[in-house]
Amino acid sequence: MAEKSFSELYKEWEEKTRELLKKYPEQRDRFETLSGIPVKRLYTPPTMTSAELEKIGFPGEYPYTRGIRPTMYRSRHWTMRQYAGFGSADETNRRFRYLLEQGQTGLSVAFDLPTQIGYDSDDPMAQGEVGKVGVAIDSLEDMERLLAGIPLDKVSTSMTINAPASILLAMYIAVGEKQGVPPEKLTGTIQNDILKEYIARGTYIFPPQPSMRLITDIFAYCAEKVPKWNTISISGYHIREAGSTAVQEVAFTLADGIAYVEAARKAGLDVDRFAPRLSFFFNAHNHFFEEVAKFRAARRLWARIMKERFGAKDPRSLQLRFHTQTGGSTLTAQQPDNNIVRVTLQALAAVLGGTQSLHTNARDEALALPTEESARIALRTQQILAFESGITYTVDPLGGSYFVESLTDDMEAKALEYIERIDEMGGAVAAVEQGFMQREIHQAALETQRRIETGEEVVVGVNRFRLDHEKEPQLYKVDPALAREQVARLQALRQKRDSQQVEYALTELKQRAAGSDNLMPAIVDAVKAYATVGEICHALREVFGEYQAV
Amino acid sequence: MNRPIRVLVAKPGLDGHDRGALVIAQSLRDAGMEVIYTGLRQSPAQIVATAIQEDVDVIGLSCLSGAHNELFPEVMRLLKEEGADDILVVAGGVIPQNDIPFLEQQGIAKVFTPGTSTKETAEFVRKAVKERKRSR
Repeated sequence: MAEKSFSELYKEWEEKTRELLKKYPEQRDRFETLSGIPVKRLYTPPTMTSAELEKIGFPGEYPYTRGIRPTMYRSRHWTMRQYAGFGSADETNRRFRYLLEQGQTGLSVAFDLPTQIGYDSDDPMAQGEVGKVGVAIDSLEDMERLLAGIPLDKVSTSMTINAPASILLAMYIAVGEKQGVPPEKLTGTIQNDILKEYIARGTYIFPPQPSMRLITDIFAYCAEKVPKWNTISISGYHIREAGSTAVQEVAFTLADGIAYVEAARKAGLDVDRFAPRLSFFFNAHNHFFEEVAKFRAARRLWARIMKERFGAKDPRSLQLRFHTQTGGSTLTAQQPDNNIVRVTLQALAAVLGGTQSLHTNARDEALALPTEESARIALRTQQILAFESGITYTVDPLGGSYFVESLTDDMEAKALEYIERIDEMGGAVAAVEQGFMQREIHQAALETQRRIETGEEVVVGVNRFRLDHEKEPQLYKVDPALAREQVARLQALRQKRDSQQVEYALTELKQRAAGSDNLMPAIVDAVKAYATVGEICHALREVFGEYQAV
Repeated sequence: MNRPIRVLVAKPGLDGHDRGALVIAQSLRDAGMEVIYTGLRQSPAQIVATAIQEDVDVIGLSCLSGAHNELFPEVMRLLKEEGADDILVVAGGVIPQNDIPFLEQQGIAKVFTPGTSTKETAEFVRKAVKERKRSR
């Protein structure tokens, strides 16, 4: 290309940004420090070489190293999205309304393990687990109660659901229709990332091939009917929690992303038709600069992969949008209030890395589910960063730091090496089947444990700076009566629904599953007939079989 | 009777957090024990059956979902029912201090909470198994 000079490119960027501001103004007219020094939207060196421009560029422009929007948080803060859910739908609905009243800007639903693995609350496999790590959802009826009084045209909802993602999405669509909100107006995310379930998180149901088909069916269905929905959240979070390094987190997540894009293309979808709705989910741990560099490297690497490898043209296909959660495994059971400080540091890294949404963990997470007070402090931590610290006044404030740029390059190069190794194995699905990522993560986890035990890695309050006597704080406890009530409600539902209609819907679903039609319409029908999560998953198990861990 | 200590590391319930279980399994192996890992999603009945079939000295239960108060006692009950309550049972996971006395009353020898070193766990197991064998 005819090389434009840095100053020409800078002018072009400024003009484009000014145009954009007419439509999306910034949060205030003037940004300045407390001493009255004006803060500019963007800081750059006096000039940049073409190599630097290709690597770092401008925010909102390829390869998006400095962020996916030209004005970032000057226009809009990240979405504050606290993951919550426990006990029954009513109980969780109350916590959601509380969080929204407290200034939270999006919902994030935690489901209990039976829901995530496709068992009804009265299934013997669900013993002891109903309502424990999230809310129990058996049928559309529970979903209606979960979302009661929450306007689905105004609030975006993220659902941490994977193997049964299509079922919970179908329920969300059905509740929207009952509220008078058509599917094309719904906004939110389903996690829907099965590969990392095999790798690290463990809530798989079906083998990889039919699981990949369920995912591409969702891509195709949503592109047509639910166009604003994020159809997948490709997750490094759990890979990191299982023990991986930051480099492995990026590498394995993007390798999974590549596998989804390839599967969708094989299913006949055009890349720019579905790729704009792909989203990502990363962790934030304590090593501050490495974390910031990780986010920047992931963004650049994904943009390059989408452009060079898949020939994507729509800029939205190239932009890695991501949610961040602070690192649960970095929190200590000892002196739990110290965790507030860890979370603040991690959240700061996420914001300086350009996150689109954020969950800050509660201080008592190493002990139990958060109390209302701990959950509030976690949300307040984000609000302090957003409203008091001034870190939102300029875009990518760490960009140009010799250290951060160098780390960003290193992270990208090392992640790319891993991705090439995975390519050689035949891609992420084959690598998962061979247990490759699982082994790499386990080795890294052992190494971390060794370093903590030898004291090479300091964990304040655990291997240094301990207290002789610890007093455990008040913890949240799920009321065991909630599980019994859930089972009773489920059994009452089975009595009152039209069982013939359920039977018909499930038979239809099985027939479709055995063929190659898109499964979403049949799942929506089954859900509307009040078939349960367990019944729908069992129907699919009959056709697809179950995954056996390697 | 100089065979190595045999341990079953088990994940009752549905939670998929097996980082701790895998790290403990490897550390006990490094400490010279023979370790079998059940994998995820084992019912109490499956765990007890495996323990008996594999003739283990120790079961290590790991649960991070909060279901420990229901699932661990069920393992203990079944061990007794099968006459296998000479097997030492230890546990770990996200378990509040307040729940530990109840779990110990059920016969669990020790509950290891987050931050415990793997050496401490291995030493406890070695000592406790020795004592059990002596008292038999």
